[in-house]
Amino acid sequence: MTTLGSSVRPGQAGLAAAEVPDGVAAVELRGATMALGERVLWDGLDLRVEPGEFLAVLGPNGSGKTTLLKVLLGQRELSSGSARVGGRAPRGGSTRIGYIPQQQPMDPDTPLRARDLVGLGLDGHRLGLRLGRGGGARRAKVDAALAAVGATGYANMPVGRLSGGEQQRLRVAQALAGDPSVLLCDEPLLSLDLANQRVVSQLIDQRRIEAATAVLFVTHEINPVLPLVDRVLYLVNGQFRVGTPEQVMTSEVLSELYHTQVDVLRVRDRLVVVGAEDPGVHCEQGT
Amino acid sequence: MTEVIGRLFDFSGTGALLHLPFVRTALLAAAVLGLIAGLLAPLIVTRGMSFAVHGTAELSFTGGAAALLAGVSVGLGAVVGALVASVVFGLLGLRHRERDSVIGVVLAFGLGLGVLLLALYQGRSANKFGLLTGSIVSVDSTNLWLLTGCAAVVIGVLLVYYRPLLFASADPGVAAARGVPVRLLSMVFAVLIGLSTALAVPAVGAILVLAVMVTPGAAAARVSSNPAVVTALSVLFAEVALIGGVVLSLAPGVPISGYVTTLIFLCYVGCRLVARYRRPTATTPRESRISAH
Repeated sequence: MTTLGSSVRPGQAGLAAAEVPDGVAAVELRGATMALGERVLWDGLDLRVEPGEFLAVLGPNGSGKTTLLKVLLGQRELSSGSARVGGRAPRGGSTRIGYIPQQQPMDPDTPLRARDLVGLGLDGHRLGLRLGRGGGARRAKVDAALAAVGATGYANMPVGRLSGGEQQRLRVAQALAGDPSVLLCDEPLLSLDLANQRVVSQLIDQRRIEAATAVLFVTHEINPVLPLVDRVLYLVNGQFRVGTPEQVMTSEVLSELYHTQVDVLRVRDRLVVVGAEDPGVHCEQGT
Repeated sequence: MTEVIGRLFDFSGTGALLHLPFVRTALLAAAVLGLIAGLLAPLIVTRGMSFAVHGTAELSFTGGAAALLAGVSVGLGAVVGALVASVVFGLLGLRHRERDSVIGVVLAFGLGLGVLLLALYQGRSANKFGLLTGSIVSVDSTNLWLLTGCAAVVIGVLLVYYRPLLFASADPGVAAARGVPVRLLSMVFAVLIGLSTALAVPAVGAILVLAVMVTPGAAAARVSSNPAVVTALSVLFAEVALIGGVVLSLAPGVPISGYVTTLIFLCYVGCRLVARYRRPTATTPRESRISAH
């Protein structure tokens, strides 16, 4: 199992996020192995994500993309090897992590307004009620986070009655309100239209440039984020490759990973991958 | 027929009855119960735990019936039954689909066991019926202290954990990522539900607990999405229903349950009407409403 281009360093590494000491990787995996019973999702994964780096995690369904995020969130244990987030072993989530889940329908009667959802990202983990103290400063922070994603117009709307695109903008605001040093994104563009895909991915990109926040972006579709990506981690059936999109997204590499002929075509600024369809979405498996 | 209806709406003696000590106790008990039920209801609704509350109430009935047969305090039996149920349901955590079927299975068994235990009981039949439909005037001063103590626990826990609880209830995935102990809070909340349900069962009855533990929150969530406003309205509705129910039931001398459930149902219907009036196209996407203007 070879790692391709693991020594590649991103250009933005000079900017270190305030919470991460110099020289400490935002995310670091060493010899990380994840096995579910007999099945090995990935084996011997070495990965170092620097502050300000944008890493896309690609692969078919069931290749362990979301499991990787769960390891970094401290919700799953590695079978072997070690994981570090900001130099520390992940354990039960962290306030230094911003997490953007995929868009999912919310109950229209959820008793939260847009500003409450963002406010929970700011201090929802804290104990005690806030009674007046620092209310003005908190409100200003929430307002700023809402304004940054263009959500001021629906700040007081119930979250359950917003469109998918509006909800995902709020998810970005919610994640950024907590001033994270690592952003973990689990298919945040899924079920969004193209315009909203662009808005949401650019908001995430803006954050990592301005605050050197490392971004791990799980997606099955690289094109919406292709111009933003520094490196790609491609997971397939227990195999993986790490490297720049130019290194990994090639016919040779993907054919080797999938053990079948895969063609990667470049059409203008988009990549079209032919022959690597998710086995899960086809009725005829094993053909 | 008119005689019966006349009796249900005969409030001529209510004024005089309000001065009796046991009525005062009942009113205080209703007020305390209304406060904790109103505080918890929005979180119960947000977590989709209505059925778990119902299951907890039925097992609290089983506990009460067992205590009645064993000759120990029914209130204590109800608390033990409800706590056991709430811990079991809390352990099932956030997996909704599995949770509902397990609650259904456990609830049916517990209810059947409770009916059997009551059938074996040889004492006053009013004691049997009271567990199912409740009788708040039977709340004496010891029960009132128990109620107040438990209310203090519920309010104390909410003062400390309200924000992470709201986060974990409305947005569990992100809350867990941010370091909120979602599973632990799920257990803590289940115990709060267990305590409150156990206290509500002797007062309003096992089969009517949903009226005070769920409906106030469901009604309030129709008219606001501001968590503070929803909680305040929920407490208001619960108080109106419970205190109103006690007062209205005094002169006719019937269990409060009918009045409480009617009052809270009216609150709910009223909230739905207000929501419909304020948001005429509430179920259609927001964009289409804007373009219609």
